[in-house]
Formats: sequence, C-alpha cells, structure tokens
Amino acid sequence: MCGVAGIINYKSCEKKERLLSSMCSYIHHRGPDATGTYSKGPAGLAHTRLRIIDLHGGDQPIHNEDRSIWIIFNGEIFNYPELRKRLISRGHRFYTETDTEVLVHMFEDYGTGLFEHLNGQFAFALWDQNREELLLGRDRMGIRPLFYFIKNSRLVFASEIKALFADKKIPRQIDPQNLSEIFTCWSTYDGATVFKNIFQVPPGHYAQFSKKGLKIRQYWELPFGKASNREYPKRPLSEWSEELNQLLVDATLIRLRADVPVGAYLSGGLDSTYTSALIKKNSSNKLCTFSVGFTDKRFDESFFQNMAVDYLGTDHKAITCSYQDIGAIFPKVIWHTETPLIRTAPAPLMLLSRLVRENDFKVVLTGEGADEIFAGYNIFKEDKVRRFWAKDPGSRLRPLLLQKLYPYIFSQKKGKAVKVLELFFQKGMQDLSSPVYSHMLRWGNSSHMKGFFSPDLQKQISDLDNFITRYIQTLPEGFMCRDSLSRAQYIESRIFLSNYLLSSQGDRMAMANSVEGRYPFLDHRVVEFAAELPPDIRMNGMTEKYILKKAARGLMPPRLINRVKQPYRAPISQAFLGDTHHDYVHELLSEKAIKENGYFDHIKTNNLLKKCKQQKGTLLSERENMALVGILSTQLLDFHFIKKIPREEGV
Amino acid sequence: MEQPKNKIRSFIVENFLFGEENDLTDDTSFLNEGIIDSTGVLELIEFLEEEFEIEIDDDDMIPENLDSLNNLDKFLKKIIITS
Repeated sequence: MCGVAGIINYKSCEKKERLLSSMCSYIHHRGPDATGTYSKGPAGLAHTRLRIIDLHGGDQPIHNEDRSIWIIFNGEIFNYPELRKRLISRGHRFYTETDTEVLVHMFEDYGTGLFEHLNGQFAFALWDQNREELLLGRDRMGIRPLFYFIKNSRLVFASEIKALFADKKIPRQIDPQNLSEIFTCWSTYDGATVFKNIFQVPPGHYAQFSKKGLKIRQYWELPFGKASNREYPKRPLSEWSEELNQLLVDATLIRLRADVPVGAYLSGGLDSTYTSALIKKNSSNKLCTFSVGFTDKRFDESFFQNMAVDYLGTDHKAITCSYQDIGAIFPKVIWHTETPLIRTAPAPLMLLSRLVRENDFKVVLTGEGADEIFAGYNIFKEDKVRRFWAKDPGSRLRPLLLQKLYPYIFSQKKGKAVKVLELFFQKGMQDLSSPVYSHMLRWGNSSHMKGFFSPDLQKQISDLDNFITRYIQTLPEGFMCRDSLSRAQYIESRIFLSNYLLSSQGDRMAMANSVEGRYPFLDHRVVEFAAELPPDIRMNGMTEKYILKKAARGLMPPRLINRVKQPYRAPISQAFLGDTHHDYVHELLSEKAIKENGYFDHIKTNNLLKKCKQQKGTLLSERENMALVGILSTQLLDFHFIKKIPREEGV
Repeated sequence: MEQPKNKIRSFIVENFLFGEENDLTDDTSFLNEGIIDSTGVLELIEFLEEEFEIEIDDDDMIPENLDSLNNLDKFLKKIIITS
C-alpha cells in the first residue's frame, strides 16, 4: 500500500522535483518504507511505499522492458500471480516479483482494456513516455483514492488532497454546493470533493490525459443499477449459498496474498466473523484479530467480539474507546478524511488501526461492504416497510413493522407518541414512483442540518428538490426496470459506500497508521453475484443478508448469525461536550471562529451548543448530533486545509 | 401570564429552530416542514408534560393534537379544562 503523486505539464517545462518531494511528505503515512520519483519531459511521478509484496525489490516507479512505460501504484492486484504467468507465456520479462509490474505489461498488451482483467483495489498512474500520455486508473468500488486538479495543460494528481495543496498554485476553497450535498447525503458523489475544483477519478473509471486534454471513461458499472430484461434465475437456496460460500472462500484467500502477516478486524457481527472463519478453515494462517469496544455500553459489541474470538481461537487484541478518546483524536481524523463528517464512527477505527500497527501488522481483512451488497442496512427495510404500508395507508398493522425496525426510537416513551412517529415515516410515502424513494426520507431529514448554514452560504446553494432532480439525471438508463431493493442498494453503494464509508472508515483511517485494509465482500465477483440474486434472497421478509446468513451456518456460532444487526456507531456529542473538554472544540465553535469562516450561522450554532451543554452532551435528536459533528468537522477542515496548509499536521 | 402558545413557540424556536423564527407560523406543520424529527417528537411531549403539568394519553398523541402551534393550543385548552 502506498501513496502516489504526480505532475504532468505540457505547457511549460517546470522543475518538478521539489514539489514532488513536498507532495510526498504529505502522504508519507501511506508509504513510510521507501520513496521514489521519475521525472522526464512533461511528467513527474512520485511514490511512497508500504512494502507488502516483494519486500526486497519492487520499489517504485516501475517500468517495462524498454523503460518507455512507467507506473506508480497504490493498492493490490490480488490475481497478479495468474496474470503474471499469462504475461510471461506471452514473452514478457519481469525484473521484480510485484503485482505492480504486472500492470505495465498488461497495459502493453491490452491498453485501457486491462481493467477488466484485474481483481483488486487500486489507484495508479501510468506514463507512456513515447506517446506522452498519462493513464489514471481506479478500482471498481473506489477502495483506493485518487484526486486531481487540472488547469490549462497542467494536471496534478495524488492519493490524498493534502498532497495537491502542497502546490501553492492550487486554490484551497470549500465549495458551498458540495458542502450542501454533504449535509444532505453525507458525501459528494462521483467526481466531486468538498473542495472547489478538486476532483477525483470516480470508482470504476479511468482518466487519460494528453496534449489534447483530459478524458474520463467508465469501465465498470455497479451491477445493482444495470437494466436487466431477463428474469432472476430460479435455483434452490442451497445452491446459491454454496456458490456464494465458494466465491467468498476464494475472495478471502486471494486477499491473504502478501509477504507480511495478514490480520483481521472482528466487529462482533456476521461479516467479519464470516471471513475470519473462512481464513481459519481454509488456510494455515495463524490468525490475529483486532477489535474496538466502547466504554458507553450502548455502542459496545465486545460481548459478541469475544464470542467470535472464543469460537475461532484467534490471537486477539482489543481496545476500548471512551468519549475522551474520540474527542481527542477527532482533529487528526479530519486531517485524514479530508471531508466533513456527519458521524464520529471513523474515529475509533483510527484507534483500531493504530493498535494493528503497534502489533507490527500492515494488512487487515475487514467485513466492509457486506451491508451494501447483501442488503444489511435498515434503510433497505425501511424502504420495504414504507412501500408495503403505502399500499394500504389506513392499515393499523403495517406501520407496526417500523417498531421492529427502530426499537430504540419507539421504546423511549414506552409506546407513547407512536402515532406521531408513524407520521414521520409516512412523510412522502406516496411518492412511490420516484427512483430515489428509498433515500428521500433520509436525505430530507439530513438536509435540515443546512438550516445551520450562514445566510450568505444559503444564497449559494440549491434546495433538496434540485439535488434530487440532478441526482436522478445521473442514474443509469433502465434504472427503473430494476426491483426496488436493487435500486436502493445501487444508491447506497454509489453515494455512501465509496465516497463516505470506504474513504472515511476504510482507506483513510487505516492508512493514517500505515495499515492496508482488504475487503473480501468487495471482490467484484461477489458484488456481481449478489446483484444477480433474486432480491428476496438478499433480504427475505425482514431478514437482512438472508443468503449470507444461510451460507454462514456451520461456520460460526448461531447466535452471531441470528443476532439483530447493530449498526456500527460511536458516541457523538458526549465526545466533545459534557464531561469531556477539548480546547479546540470551544475555539472552533466560538462566535469569532464561526463568523470568521462564514459557513455557519453563529447564533444558531451557539444555541445548539447551549442545548448540548445543558444536557451534558446528551442531545436527544439524531439530527442535532449530526449537525454538531458537521459543523465541527467543517471548521476543522477549514483550519487544516484552508488556513494552515502547507504545514505540519495536528491542532 | 405568558400564553401557552407563546411558551410552546419559544420552546420550538429555541430547541428545534435554534433561534430562526421566520418560518414558523401558527399553522406550520412540524412534521411536514421537518421542524421536528423522529426523536424531536419525544422531546416535545416531555416538554409539554413538564411545563403544563399534564399527562398526555397515548390515544391523544395524534397529529391533529400535536402537529402545529394552533393544534397544540387547542389541545392544551381542552386538556386543561377537562383536568
């Protein structure tokens, strides 16, 4: 795992070495083991390396036989041994044992057709010296990041935005519209970032940059959104689950390929226990596992984590995370996420990756992605319940399913206010024909956080309807031909998985401590298999991840399979206010700081703080908790990236 | 003495609108306008019960009683008279 950075300038022959070196210093954490550069003609490439495969050779950039093609690469190609054999039989000569070198020869043979052969998680830049053309490629699901800035005939790219900002010529400004979208659906989507004119290569896309300009093309589409005229195949459940299990065995085992030990996270849920069980059963790996628990028992899953450890017999290390820990590490979290957050859940994962690193591990497998791919989230059930209820809006029984779905909301008042709560879920219930029906309630609720924006910022943004209209225009052709569950999974995966979850909880929190995450559930074969399954096999009635649960039987304790899914969450307001104290929170949320930055209304922000303090940080409303994190993280983002960069990290 | 409706208005403005009074008329639906979210409903009921020393029956917790300042005002008058 590594960091990449580069400059391509067709217009003038700028000296690039010093800037490349500065860019590398900003992403040193991604690759502390070695650095390397290439500079010739219009191109300058730089690489920071975390040695995982071919520890003694393989420092980058890497080139082909005649040194006309150069690559810097972040990530893994898990099927590289198979590809390498094929390339050798076609006459290619290798000078390293790396997966990276496979890519230069694949490019020689297949050009931009190489992507369909790759099974991996990657972001790379490949420079064709003879043609003077750059190819930027990103994996299908967007596991590894790749950002760029382009002006005239000059393109600067890097694994993280902070490295782009090492270039003082690149303006640093938060884009009001993109900030507004983050306060609606938690993330920007596709190529946008929160920063004006800073873009990313979208998942499943590649970009070509030549003297003619920049072209971006899609090579893979999330299969849940693809139009399909054929009916779902009819097969017995046992056949589906057997096939899935075989696929997951392979997806897991190829993710153990490394010249360093590979560990695993254990969350106490189905997904990570499943992949850990597959490792124990199918490999000689003496598995080490890692987990995070909470002092606040509402969020703690250590009981189930220990159950998994006892069953699997792994060498286990755990940490317990307090309110204070989350508040203390949060500034560093934002330095790494490079985007405002709505929740604090990434923070404990940074503590967890630190634990991994302290135990001399560089690579971990995690269960990330299973909830999107096999329909594990409540939003999928909520969509189903609301559709079912909409068919008979007067029914007294149908809305009772909501209580099963959100017991923690409905139980607080022992059944009181149920009717009014039901009305909340009834909002927009009749808009069944909207392609984004599943997400309208969530987006509508989140977008009320925009009420905290300053009047000046409010003038620069569009409303929720406009956002929805624009988003619908980007949906693939034939989207409405898919069933409602697949549509909801598509929206969730496209917006939330890549841009929010995989970046803020995946790549960034692990790489902050020089740890590489690997995700068996995001093997594209698994994703494509899941999208081919009849929807009622993904979610059966109100049972989420039905097929996965079936496939897991016999591999782990039934209690871990059948337990009600607990969403992974972390404490919010109590981490910042109440019994904990952090100077930066008070400074960044002060009237002076809020006014100076101009993103938020200082009176409303102050009232939110007052309300929070009155109740010792135990704010009642989810929306207010989200607003608090949103405001604080935006202020931190401004502090890190607008005011203080270039500089050392930390507040 | 401050009118119940004004007390509730102040509570809503302070707790859910954080000082933004402009969008709240006597007939504004809290749920339709998204002023109150799913947990905010509970906060409102707690406030009503403590502030006016009443207990609201489950059967009374319907939008017709709770979903705007006018509805709340009418509902409170009815409760306070009958209790």
